[in-house]
Amino acid sequence: MSKPGQIRLAVVAGVVLFLEFICRMGWVDTISLAPPTKIVASAIELVMSGEIRRDAFLTFSTVAGSIVSAVIVGFLMGLALHRFPLVRRFLDPFLASYYSIPTFVFYPFFIVMFGLNRIPLMAIGFIFAVVAMAINTLSGMQRVPRVWLRTAQMMRMSRIDTIRKVIMPAAAPYLFTGLKLAIVYSFIGVIAGEFILSGAGLGFQIAFSYNSFETAKMYGYLAILLTLVGGLNLYIYGLEKRIYERRGGR
Amino acid sequence: MSSVASTGLGHVEVKDATKVFPGRAGRQDVHALGPISLSLKQGEFFSVVGPSGCGKSTLLDLVAGLTTATDGEMVFEGQRLVGKVPEGVGVVFQEDSSFPWLTVQENVGFHLKQMGMDAAEIARRVDHAISFTGLGGFAKAYPAELSGGMRQRVCIARTLVTKPRLILLDEPFGALDQQTRLLMGDELLRLWRESGATVMLITHALDEAAMLSDRIGVMSARPGRFIDVIETGWSADRDSNIVSDKRFGDITARLWQKLRAESMTAMSGAQA
Amino acid sequence: MSQAAANASAHQQDHALSPLAYAGFVLALLGVWHVLTLWVGRDVLPGPGETLGRLWHMLSTGSLNKHLIETFSAFGMALVIAVIIGVLSGAILGAHRLSGEVAEPMLVALYSIPKVTLYPIMLLLFGLGMAAKVAFGVIHGVIPICIFTMSAVRAIPKKYIRAGQAMQLTPSQMFWKIYMPACIPEVFSGLRIGFSLTLLGTLIGEMFASQRGIGHLLLQAMENSNLLDITALVVMLVTLAAFVGFTLLSIDRRLASRAAPA
Repeated sequence: MSKPGQIRLAVVAGVVLFLEFICRMGWVDTISLAPPTKIVASAIELVMSGEIRRDAFLTFSTVAGSIVSAVIVGFLMGLALHRFPLVRRFLDPFLASYYSIPTFVFYPFFIVMFGLNRIPLMAIGFIFAVVAMAINTLSGMQRVPRVWLRTAQMMRMSRIDTIRKVIMPAAAPYLFTGLKLAIVYSFIGVIAGEFILSGAGLGFQIAFSYNSFETAKMYGYLAILLTLVGGLNLYIYGLEKRIYERRGGR
Repeated sequence: MSSVASTGLGHVEVKDATKVFPGRAGRQDVHALGPISLSLKQGEFFSVVGPSGCGKSTLLDLVAGLTTATDGEMVFEGQRLVGKVPEGVGVVFQEDSSFPWLTVQENVGFHLKQMGMDAAEIARRVDHAISFTGLGGFAKAYPAELSGGMRQRVCIARTLVTKPRLILLDEPFGALDQQTRLLMGDELLRLWRESGATVMLITHALDEAAMLSDRIGVMSARPGRFIDVIETGWSADRDSNIVSDKRFGDITARLWQKLRAESMTAMSGAQA
Repeated sequence: MSQAAANASAHQQDHALSPLAYAGFVLALLGVWHVLTLWVGRDVLPGPGETLGRLWHMLSTGSLNKHLIETFSAFGMALVIAVIIGVLSGAILGAHRLSGEVAEPMLVALYSIPKVTLYPIMLLLFGLGMAAKVAFGVIHGVIPICIFTMSAVRAIPKKYIRAGQAMQLTPSQMFWKIYMPACIPEVFSGLRIGFSLTLLGTLIGEMFASQRGIGHLLLQAMENSNLLDITALVVMLVTLAAFVGFTLLSIDRRLASRAAPA
């Protein structure tokens, strides 16, 4: 393992040991914080007993729906913004302020529109993620080096071919970034929505355990969630590295 | 100019072409080039030298059909250019334009694939071009893994495989060191002879122009016009050893004489 | 390409948009909204007319005042803290290569966590009230600020540093004349994003940890399914955020185009 990797491991291990220590010593009350060992035990139990299964399935399926729709619509939006620069310039300040709005305030609207099911939650994840995908798609298309466009022109390529065979591959790293953000924001949107407003899913269970003072269980859920999301991120990160290594990062 | 000569393969005719770039909000129009006239004979090697900002690259863009003239006529093989790049023209740009997501092989064959050529023929031409430009062994490599000079060779190979009748190069060796430039110059001459194409080279290096060309056009400061066209009289099988010929020094000296005043004008002149 | 250069190149073709054109665009948006309302019905989506009427009512009767003050003082504090911590830590991590390498993946991982799930921990640490709200705002904004600053410091071309050394500048002069100007465009981009997110964090914090503030009003409206109030408050927030966001964006672009001339 690389040196930074070792240091990271040491830091994390140190923090975990520290937390374990202060909990066992009774310096922190058991309602606020559970010792890491208890957290892990609780997490294992949640998985083993299958208690987590239904909520995990609900959350992940909702997130998946949000990701897919955000990526597709966001991509199309990005294309449209590239095609109509005037619209983009008008929308600039709104795009700049987009992430200030707690988008789950639209939850009641979605309930009225779609009913009391998982769709309003998916919608929240969607509107949180779609703009990130659109902005990155737009970025990618804008930043195609001019000389490649001139090369396509020199090769007498049609507009469609230029987009398909030059602009898209050139923009791919940015599209990938958009995908990563869409994934992260979908998770954030859906789980935040579940946390505040819903009756099911991982986010809800975290809120419920908190309100019931079941501290170890709450942290257990948190730990599982973080592990899954972290694992997913790591996987995507590795994928990205493999794809772009030989390309020199372009 | 007789009609036979003007419809010859690779023949280029520029008649009083002008290029004006409209000014951005609140700014003046930029009169970049012309009126300028030029006639390239079939198969000749023509260089364009001039001070910075004189419009050399704009001239190349006009000849290639990458941009349209504000005024005047651009003619390639007897046909007027109407805003599209005509068939049979290849351009090597100043910056490396190889696509980083494709291997060298895929890069070189890209245009041919675009043209719908059959796979076996593409493979044949690509293999030949790769070994001819000295890229043998790097066919499966990605451009990011190559040096700057090799990447330019990929671009040159990509142009060559289409067997163009007119090859335009915009300071292709600008980013390379002197020794590499001299060697690349030799290679360029080899390719020129092999392809039989008309070549127009834009360069700021006077010795490069003197060494490589049949004729050299000297441009004035902006807006660029030709203030002289110098004939070198070199034989077709020349290479970089020509630098020891007495005429080489004379030609380079003549070029600098013409250019010196223009360069000083360009340096002190208005830069919009 | 650094964020700064990217902003510069994106800005290249822009002409200034006249305020009149903008006003027209906003009117057009309101028109589209109105049509939507007609289509889905007032019970699903309140129309622009009644929303603006409600907002006007809320503002003119002064019922919003104490909430606005509450929110913006919390936000102000959170922003100052997030900026200080973010810029300082980012500068240190950027300058000290190893620390930066160690920290970066951890920061990115932290950024991906739905921070709402940290809410219980925040409450446990800070209790209810202003402190918790400010903390929430800080944790939303501090990471992007840190990451952008770190990236900016790392990206300072060595040749600038060498030029400074060749001129035999004192450490203080190096900081103010070389490091700062070189970093500012990218740091500012980070501040811009940090601004939005800190506001978001503060509002969310108010939803749980407070009986006052715009966030709290939003939560109340949500729980009562008071669509009109939600819409009115969102319009107010969007307008404010859009104004400030646009101003910051313009400054960002001007800084970027100075730093990376096309």
